[in-house]
Amino acid sequence: MSGSLDVFLARRWEDLVTLTLQHLAVVALSLAIATVLGVLIGLLVWDKNVPRTAALTAAGIAITIPSLALLALLSPVLGLGWAPTVVSLVFYSLLPIVRNTVVGLREVPAHLIESARGMGMTPAKTLISIQLPLAWPVIVTGIRVAAQLTVGIAAIAAYVAGPGLGLYIFKGLSSLGSVNALNFTLTGTICVVLLALLLDGAFVLIARYSTSRGLRV
Amino acid sequence: MSEPGVGIELSHVTKLYAGQQQAAVEDFSLSVHPGELVMFVGPSGCGKTTTMKMINRIIEPSSGSITIDGQDVLSLDPNELRRHIGYVIQQIGLFPHMTIAENIATVPKLLGWSKERTNDRVDELLRTVQLDPAVFAHRYPKQLSGGQQQRVGVARALAADPPVMLMDEPFGATDPITRQKLQAEFLKLQADIGKTIIFVTHDFDEAIRLGDRIAVLSERSQIEQFDTPANILANPANDYVSSFIGHGAGLMRLALIPIGDVELDAPDSTAPAVDADASLRDALDLLMVTGAERVNVSGGGGSLTHARISAALSKARQPVEAS
Repeated sequence: MSGSLDVFLARRWEDLVTLTLQHLAVVALSLAIATVLGVLIGLLVWDKNVPRTAALTAAGIAITIPSLALLALLSPVLGLGWAPTVVSLVFYSLLPIVRNTVVGLREVPAHLIESARGMGMTPAKTLISIQLPLAWPVIVTGIRVAAQLTVGIAAIAAYVAGPGLGLYIFKGLSSLGSVNALNFTLTGTICVVLLALLLDGAFVLIARYSTSRGLRV
Repeated sequence: MSEPGVGIELSHVTKLYAGQQQAAVEDFSLSVHPGELVMFVGPSGCGKTTTMKMINRIIEPSSGSITIDGQDVLSLDPNELRRHIGYVIQQIGLFPHMTIAENIATVPKLLGWSKERTNDRVDELLRTVQLDPAVFAHRYPKQLSGGQQQRVGVARALAADPPVMLMDEPFGATDPITRQKLQAEFLKLQADIGKTIIFVTHDFDEAIRLGDRIAVLSERSQIEQFDTPANILANPANDYVSSFIGHGAGLMRLALIPIGDVELDAPDSTAPAVDADASLRDALDLLMVTGAERVNVSGGGGSLTHARISAALSKARQPVEAS
């Protein structure tokens, strides 16, 4: 029934590379936006009880909304393609990033902050040169979790004509029983998994090289 | 080159935390001379640390005034103020993500010193606290022992050569041997630099060993006695101070009296010898250990008996004016 995989790949590998790059691009863009937004929210709420609980609860509830439902809700407002995809990926990335920013900042020992302030650092300077660098390894871990999450969710965004490998998966799904249905789904899925692994590896390196050696020794 | 200390004046300083009935520090007045090392000693929770932290406004006083070198600290920008007050805390507080050199350069950087001047200063300070710059400058705090970290903490506080230092149990977390070594080094350093230092501790022995004067504090940072170690040991102001001194006050006092300060008998070269710059406690120790009747002071032109040592103690018991 199914066409042979090697013929399938030989015919479509250029297509596949484009889709993979698109997939990577939409994930990277969303992560970048979510990192800026999430760290900012974390900075605003980490030391205030009520706002912190509110932010983490809201992000926690948000992540339980099924991605298909969210895309269906966004599409009437934002149309099809990149816009609803990016918005939904940012949405799901916020929880791990905000949560880890909060945890990371709260883990900075109070005596280090006192030591910095006691030497005459302003609150802003203390935040930038002491608190954020010390919280950074935890924040990066949050971004890494968000990356894993969004690589998978991005595939579903093909439902609203989003960019990326989801196109193949949905193609396979909608043409069940046809010659290449399995090839489409299989190729799309494997590429998504490979991309997730690659990204994870990249984040291990990013975490390593963006963290002070003093925190690793 | 080092800038000498300046005077600190606290008058009627009170700290009352919101929602609390009793003040943490109540009507505290104290005057510290330039270049003096004043110990605040008292039990945990007596307000000694709170009192100290009001000087660099880590804690803002509720009322009263604090001046450093005649200048009202409450009228200054707190960040600017703190850059000119050395600050050492018990947990040391070295920044783990910065090298030793970067840690020491913290305040010079805030003050906008040039790279060259900062680097020179870092090297100079590392040598001052007996750490080889070539070995330690580019290490991270975690790669140093507790004692070495504490030295870096002191070097960092001295970086911009502040006239005043505040030290909150700086040697509290080190083991007894390291602690004694750090104390001795610190005394030697202070003899060179002559900073005005407020040093908080709950360890009375440490207060005796280091302080020019000691303020014995009780609850709400009330001053029970403020005097030299010798005077406090010889004439404790009240039961509270006596109980704080605990047992062995006589021996503690002997440790503070150099042999050079007492009258000696004629030399006796057959007796065991004690160093001329040792203390009476060392002389007594030698008497006990050897069982001899007297010890000879080597190079000091005399000898000491048990009676002489006792006499020196009772002489010191007469009230002495604080210098």
